[in-house]
Formats: sequence, structure tokens, C-alpha cells
Amino acid sequence: MASVAASGGAADAAALSVRALHKSFGADEVLKGIDLDVRRGEMVFVLGPSGSGKSTMLRCCNRLEEPDSGEVLVEGDRLTGPGVNLNRMRQRIGMVFQSFNLYPHLSALGNVTLALRRVQGMAKAEAEAAGIEALNRVGLSDRARHYPSQLSGGQQQRVAIARALALKPSVMLFDEPTSALDPELVGDVLDVMRDVAGQGMTMLVVSHEMKFARDAADRVIFMDGGVIVEQGPPEQVFGAPTEARTRAFLSRFHG
Amino acid sequence: MEVFLDQFLNPAVLAKYTPLILKGAGVTVLLSVLIVLAGIALGTALACLRAYRIAALSLPIVIYADIFRALPPLVLILLAYFGLPNVGVLLSSFTVLFLILTLVLAAFAEEIVWAGITATPKGQWEAARSTGLTFTWTLGHVVLPQALRMVIPPLTNRAIAITKMTALGMVIGVPDILGQATTAQSFSANASPLTLAAVAYVILFLPFVIASRWLEARFAPPGA
Repeated sequence: MASVAASGGAADAAALSVRALHKSFGADEVLKGIDLDVRRGEMVFVLGPSGSGKSTMLRCCNRLEEPDSGEVLVEGDRLTGPGVNLNRMRQRIGMVFQSFNLYPHLSALGNVTLALRRVQGMAKAEAEAAGIEALNRVGLSDRARHYPSQLSGGQQQRVAIARALALKPSVMLFDEPTSALDPELVGDVLDVMRDVAGQGMTMLVVSHEMKFARDAADRVIFMDGGVIVEQGPPEQVFGAPTEARTRAFLSRFHG
Repeated sequence: MEVFLDQFLNPAVLAKYTPLILKGAGVTVLLSVLIVLAGIALGTALACLRAYRIAALSLPIVIYADIFRALPPLVLILLAYFGLPNVGVLLSSFTVLFLILTLVLAAFAEEIVWAGITATPKGQWEAARSTGLTFTWTLGHVVLPQALRMVIPPLTNRAIAITKMTALGMVIGVPDILGQATTAQSFSANASPLTLAAVAYVILFLPFVIASRWLEARFAPPGA
């Protein structure tokens, strides 16, 4: 592939790279220069108070939010800048939303196969086989013909994860995936995320699930005021944070 | 009472003009079906074009929709039927009625479907676009199906209202139910053909109204 050669050997490149990312909404500068590399197979958790810019940063990573300046690269291939085929690049970046955003008029399988058929051009049978396989990975292949309204919130979010997984992305973005769920349904979604991570998926997760971050994350990033304040392995960030802002944020969670 | 029965339910007149009214019913049904199909299709297409938010497209659509919703359809029918021949466009009364009512329905349908498109949650667009679906595919396969389900009640109401306006064709000589009935009325000097017309309208449109209830129930959002 020409793009691989041009990027100088994508094999060495991080799964996801963010360079000097800036974003303002009007006069409000939400991202003040974010630099971040997510290695292949790494699960990175992004923590921070609301308004810290973590969701905006995540949404810039597939250009649902258009960055003002800076670069985003997926396996060394540019997502930003002129001449980028955004729809093609987005297939390599799965996204899971806080409010699931399943298509209510399509069955679970229909949700998972829509892009397989219309974007990747699979035939119906091929797409359905791939869709069932993806639903199987989130433990819901028996709910393939159910509509979103017939599923619990946790099941809906798992279908949404399957929808993103089915495209076989290089990296998955999770935007507060459990924040809209009843507490008793959170565990199932986290279990699926742990499985997906265990299978080697690269994941960038914005979440308030501190306990899960401590258990499952490879790295934790603390953002505040549009910058990365502190990052490191979870035991370090949670156990011995060096920055006062991190300590103040974490103390509110631990009481 | 006798005068009333003679005027509105005269057996001889009723028998004589029933075939004519039935013929008119055929025209009314044909017109109604054509207008509803063409009007909703055109209105939906315009609402979709507007979704691209290109000012050069949206502005003419909005102006058209506002004008055709504001003017009484009868004014448009008379303008088209008596005005267009003066500029060399000769259209049959049937064609004029079809075109004008289609354009009026399309104007309302455009606004209704547009409301449905804007009411579809932003997250639906984002989810679809994040999987690499193009804007057009997202509109056609994710947003429009939801938008149309949402607006079925106002859309069917509007469709029923517009089909009843086929009766306006009488003023330009369309041989629909009312056109035939008024002709028969003047020949017979009796109002009974109009009674027939009223009965014909009820027989034609009541199933339509009932079908619209079924349609609304069928596509109602779950739990509603």
C-alpha cells in the first residue's frame, strides 16, 4: 500500500497518534495542544473532570469533531489534512457512544451489518456471518433478530460494541460507555470491554469507571483544562499521583 | 318533508345519475392516488435535498414551500388553468388539478419530513458516520427511515386533506365526483346528485381514514 510506504513503515507506528491537537468552541479553548500515542493492543483510560476536554479529544480522533490544528494518525496514516478519504479511514476507528446510538429501526444484526454491506460492500450472507460473529464476541448472537427497544441498556451497548468490532478496526474509541447504564448493567459491558482488550484490541477509553481503569488499563491519562496533566500506569496515577490537580480529582472519587 | 325528499333523495334522479357519479369516482380515485404518491415523493426528495444544507438549494425549497402552503389551492388552480394558456401552455383540467395539488401536498410534505429529519437524534448521524457511511447513505438508510416513521400521522392527515381537495376540480371542469354531480344537478334541476356525491365521498374516503389509523398504529414508536 502506497500510504504505508509514505508513512515510513506503519509497522513501527503507534496504533493511534495525536499531535499538537487544538480545538476551540468560540472563545473557549477546549484542547490546548494534546500529544498522545496509543501503542498497538494498549488500553488507555482518559480521566478528568467534566469540561476537561477528554470527550472532545476522543471525538477529534475520528473527526466527529473537527480539530482546529494538529494531527491524528492511525497506524501512521493521516486522518487529518487535505486529500484524506475520511470515510475509508473511519472504518479503521471504531466508536462506542455514551447513549449507544443504535439504529432503532434495525435489528441487532441489522445494526451490525449495515456498514459491512454499505461501506465494505459485503454480500448479505457474508455480512450476516460476520455480524453474527461480532455479536458472538459480545455474547449476544442469540439476540441477533431483536430490535434495540427489546434489549436492555447493557445489551444495547454490547450490540454497539459489536457494530464497531465488526468492521475490524485498528483502534476503538469509547466515550463514557457505561455512564448511561443502570449500575447493575455496567458489569456486563465492562466484561465485554475486558474481553475485547484481551484479544489485542487497541482501546482509548473516556470513562469514570475508576475501579475498572485500575484493574484493566495499561495506562491512565489525567486531563484537566484542555491539557494532559499526568499519565502513567494505573498503580502510579491512582496510587502515587505527582500532580496536585490529579490528587484533588481522585480524592473526590475516593472520598 | 316531501319537498326535502324530492329535492335530495329523488329516486328517479338517483337511479339515472348513479352511473355518472361512479364514473366520477373513478377519476377522483385515480387523481387522489397519483397526487398522494407524487406529492409525498416530491416532498420527501426536497426535504432530503435540504438536509445537505446548501444555501443555493435550501433557499428556493423554503420559498417554494412557504408560498404553496400560504396560498389557497383554489387560487393556484385558477391561476394555472386560466393563466397558463395565455403564455402558450395548454394543459387539460385533469393535468392542472394533478400538478397543483401535487405541488401543494409536496410543500406540506417537505416541511413535515424536514421536521422529522431534524428531530432524529444527532447521535444517529454520528454513529453511522463513525462507521464510514457517507452522508447520503446515512440520510437514506439511517435518518430517513426514522424520520418518516415519526411523521406518519401528520403526513397521512395532510394526504387525506389534499385528496378531498380534488373536489376543487369542479371549477375548472374536471369530471370527478363533484364535477359530475354538479353537471347532473343542473341537468336535472335537482340536488339528489349532490347527495350521491356526498355518499360516494364517504364510501371512498372512510376506508382511507381507517387505513391511516392502522398505519399510525403499525409504525407507532414502541410504548406509545
